[in-house]
Amino acid sequence: MKEFTYVRPAAVIEAVTLRAGRPGSRYLAGGTNLVDLMKIGVEQPDELIDVTGLGMDRIETTLDAGLRIGAAVSNSDLAVHPAVRQDFAALSQAILSGASGQLRNMATVGGNLLQRTRCAYFADISLPCNKRNPGSGCPALAGEHHNHAILGWSEHCVATHPSDMVVALMAYDATVEAHTPSGPVRIPISDFYRPVADTPHLETTLPEHALITGVTVPPAPPASSRYRKVRERASFAFATGSVAAALTVRAGAVHAVRIALGGAASHPWRASTAEAALLGEPATEDSFAKAAAAELAEARPLPHNQYKVALLRDLIVAVLGDLAVEAGA
Amino acid sequence: MGRVEVTLTVNGVRHAIDVDTRMSLLDTVRERLALTGSKKGCDQGQCGACTMLVDGRRVVSCLQLAIAADGREVTTIEGIADRDRLHPVQQAFVDLDGYQCGYCTPGQICSAVAVLQEYSDGWPSAVTAADEPAALDEVEIRERMSGNLCRCGAYAGIVAAVGRAAEA
Repeated sequence: MKEFTYVRPAAVIEAVTLRAGRPGSRYLAGGTNLVDLMKIGVEQPDELIDVTGLGMDRIETTLDAGLRIGAAVSNSDLAVHPAVRQDFAALSQAILSGASGQLRNMATVGGNLLQRTRCAYFADISLPCNKRNPGSGCPALAGEHHNHAILGWSEHCVATHPSDMVVALMAYDATVEAHTPSGPVRIPISDFYRPVADTPHLETTLPEHALITGVTVPPAPPASSRYRKVRERASFAFATGSVAAALTVRAGAVHAVRIALGGAASHPWRASTAEAALLGEPATEDSFAKAAAAELAEARPLPHNQYKVALLRDLIVAVLGDLAVEAGA
Repeated sequence: MGRVEVTLTVNGVRHAIDVDTRMSLLDTVRERLALTGSKKGCDQGQCGACTMLVDGRRVVSCLQLAIAADGREVTTIEGIADRDRLHPVQQAFVDLDGYQCGYCTPGQICSAVAVLQEYSDGWPSAVTAADEPAALDEVEIRERMSGNLCRCGAYAGIVAAVGRAAEA
C-alpha cells in the first residue's frame, strides 16, 4: 500500500478545505470499500481525511415524518432504527440484505452511496478498465460479465453499482446533501448518478471535493414497501438482481407505484417506464408482467447475463404481487 | 511520512503504540501487542477470521485502520473469557464441536458474542419477519453469522453452539 498521511478534522468545512487543498486526498469513513481498494492498489491516496467525527452520525425524524440521515450513520444503525423499520421497510430490508453484520457496523450511508463497482476487472490493476484507467478499454464486454448490467450500460463500461441501500433510497425519492468549498448543495438521488456514456470514471454529479453530509427522505408514501434480492448464495453476496417497490391500490387499481432495480444497471435504476405503464391499471399479475416487460424492453443483455432479463421480470411481478396481497387487492 | 501514535484499550489494558498509518487494527494487535488469537484469513473483509469488538460492536479488523480506531475500546478473543472461566459461547463451541481446524474459531466466537448482544438489543436480520422478534433459531443464526466463513465446513457444530449459547 502506498504511504499516506492521516488527518482528523473537527468540522465539515475544515474537511472540505483540506480535501480541496490536496488533490490526492480522499475522505475516509467506515473504510470497508476504500481500505480494501487501497490494499489492491486501485485507490492510492496520499492523505486520508477521517470524516467520522463531524457530528454526521444522527438519524432524525423530520416534522413531516420524513427522515434526515447523517452521512456517517452506520448501515446497522439505519437498518434497525424504529422509524425506518416501521415507515421505510424496504430501506431497512435492503440494508440488512447487504454485506455482513461486521461490515454493516463499519460501513456508512455516505460511503454506501459512493461504493465502487465489484467488477473483477476494475479490481485488477494489471488489466484494462475504463472506470479505473479511462481509455484503456473494457475487458468485461468480451470476458466475464455474468454479474454485469443489462440496462443503461455503454460500450465503455458494463459494470453495475453494488449497493442495496441506494436501490431503496431511489424508490423513496431521497435527496443527497453535500458540502462543497463554496457551500452546501442538495442533489435529488435521481440526478445523483451519471449515465455511463463515455465517462465511466465519473460516477456521480457530486461537485469536486464535495463531502456528503447526509440524506433526506420525504415522508413515506401511504403504501406497503418491500425489498427483495436474488444472489448466488443465501447471504453475504452482491445482488444478481433486486427490487425495491412500494404500491398503493385503490378499488383494485394501481393508484401509486414506485419500483427501483439493483444489480441491473450501471447505477441503481428507477423503473419509470414500468411505473408509468401501471398507473390506473388493475393490480393484477397480468398488469405487473406487462409493466415489467415494458421496462425490460430496452434491456441489452450480453451472452452471460441474459438470465437477468427473466430474473428481473419475475422479481418485479413477484414483489408487486406480494404488495398487492398486502394491500388487500 | 506516516508514523502516528495511537491509543487503544485492548481487553481492558491501555496501550500507546507508534504505528504506520497503513497498519490495520488486525496487524497492530497481532504484531505489536502479540495477541495472535485474531486470525488473518482473506485480509479483504470477506472471511470474518479477524472479527473483533470495537466499542462493543463486531467489525472485521483487517479493514479497520489502527489510526482510525484511536481512543477506542477493543475486545479480541483473548478478552472474551472471564479469566479462567470460559464465556458461554466458548463453552458451547467446545461442547458441541464448533470447529475442526480452529483457524476461523476466534472470529466465529467474537462474532457470535456480538450476535447475542444484537439479538438481545432487538436488532432484526434479513430473515426476521416484519413485526415480531423471532427466536434465534437455525435460520436466524445462519443469516446473522454469514460474515464468518469456515473452510472446514463445521457449520453444523457452529450453528448448534451459537444456539446453545443463546439459551444460556
